[in-house]
Amino acid sequence: MAAFEEITKKIRQSAKTLLESGRVQTVIGFRTASTPLNAAPVFIRSAEDCDKLIWNSFCRLNLANYLPGREGKVALVTKGCDARSAVGQVSENQFLRENLYLIGVPCSGMVDNQKIEAKEPRPIVEVEESDGVITLKGQDFSTSVKIEEVLRRNCLTCSNRTPKLADELAGPETSSPAADDYSDLKALLSKPLEERMAYFKELIKDCLRCYACRNACPLCYCPVCFVDETLPQWLGKSDDPTDTFIFHLLRGFHCAGRCTACGACETACPVNIKVREFNRLMELSVETNWNYSAGLSWEQKPPLTVFQVDDNADFIK
Amino acid sequence: MTDFEPKVVAFFCNWCTYGAADLAGVSRLDYPPNFRVVRLPCTGRLNPKFILEAFKRGADGVWVSGCHPGDCHYIAGNYHARRKFVLLHQLLESVGVDPNRLRFSWISSAEANKFQAMAKEVIEGVKACGPNLTFRKDELKLGLSEVA
Repeated sequence: MAAFEEITKKIRQSAKTLLESGRVQTVIGFRTASTPLNAAPVFIRSAEDCDKLIWNSFCRLNLANYLPGREGKVALVTKGCDARSAVGQVSENQFLRENLYLIGVPCSGMVDNQKIEAKEPRPIVEVEESDGVITLKGQDFSTSVKIEEVLRRNCLTCSNRTPKLADELAGPETSSPAADDYSDLKALLSKPLEERMAYFKELIKDCLRCYACRNACPLCYCPVCFVDETLPQWLGKSDDPTDTFIFHLLRGFHCAGRCTACGACETACPVNIKVREFNRLMELSVETNWNYSAGLSWEQKPPLTVFQVDDNADFIK
Repeated sequence: MTDFEPKVVAFFCNWCTYGAADLAGVSRLDYPPNFRVVRLPCTGRLNPKFILEAFKRGADGVWVSGCHPGDCHYIAGNYHARRKFVLLHQLLESVGVDPNRLRFSWISSAEANKFQAMAKEVIEGVKACGPNLTFRKDELKLGLSEVA
């Protein structure tokens, strides 16, 4: 793992070169946030501002979210998962390949703030990172935590940490852990129907329907989302459990064959729902049925836009 | 639940299964009267949210039927629909919805007998599942109990 300072330096250099040469008009990356344990998105349009760009273990947001509909040529600072999202958006015709430049950062996993809070509940005012250890500093205390112990759930099973399709890499390639084998979901699916229903209802019982998961998701770029449609109104505006359940089912369905497990939805959730469970159900189906994973090549077509004459569907009489 | 008469929303494609229902009717074939038909131009028109909306509004089951693969009036509509059905079928079953509540079939406009058999099978399946309480919205539940 290259030190984050070096990666930061490399990102700044690339951004400067790209902007000065006119290859892109905007670089979208991360800057220091106003609170510790976070990184904020930043849009850089002049070479002087490039020093605002940073890289650390808190760059959790998926910046591909800012691509659809954006004018001009854009360089995007991406992790492995974000690069896949950006590639997916290109293959869904949401952004032109020639207008996109990917500055890929070989990722070592992003930190889950909940896991940090579990280890250090006291208010943290300053954070330092080096050699895989985070030092959390607050009023008269300082705690060290190994980054490996506080990584996000999706980062622990990410098989694409190095953004292979990026136009350049801002550091040496990192090794990825074994891919998600869905063993927990498969175990759940072997249980009776009632138990599964109970599991998913319990999962979303705290949902406020704030739609933060949708807003953080780079796949959710529809001009009008089905939850906002009023004629007909598919979902009520209250937190009715039926509406909430249908929201999560349809959100999962809409992400089928497109989700890159970037975890932006779960990070965004204010009540810590594992909303990605619905996406994972769909990814498991898509992988089993059509052996497809999103964003692994520029040419591949999303699975619901194509078909095979002999697609298997035994359940249809 | 012997006297439970389910309500099933049926989405039929105009060119095949709707024709089959018509043929079953003029052929005087007996089939259960528990479903209400929504006629679609093609099963490819079916958005999964239609199905969930039907459940939300109190349908005890949903039956989707269209042309056999290869026979689509619009060449490939049902091939595309089939991929969506695969995912939706697996999604709903995974979250614990009885697969008997949501049924799919391919019935051509000449297959009145298959239509009759399938209609019986669908309704029997939904009867076995009992009333839909999972998706029915609470306000509707209230409304129904007031009526009953």
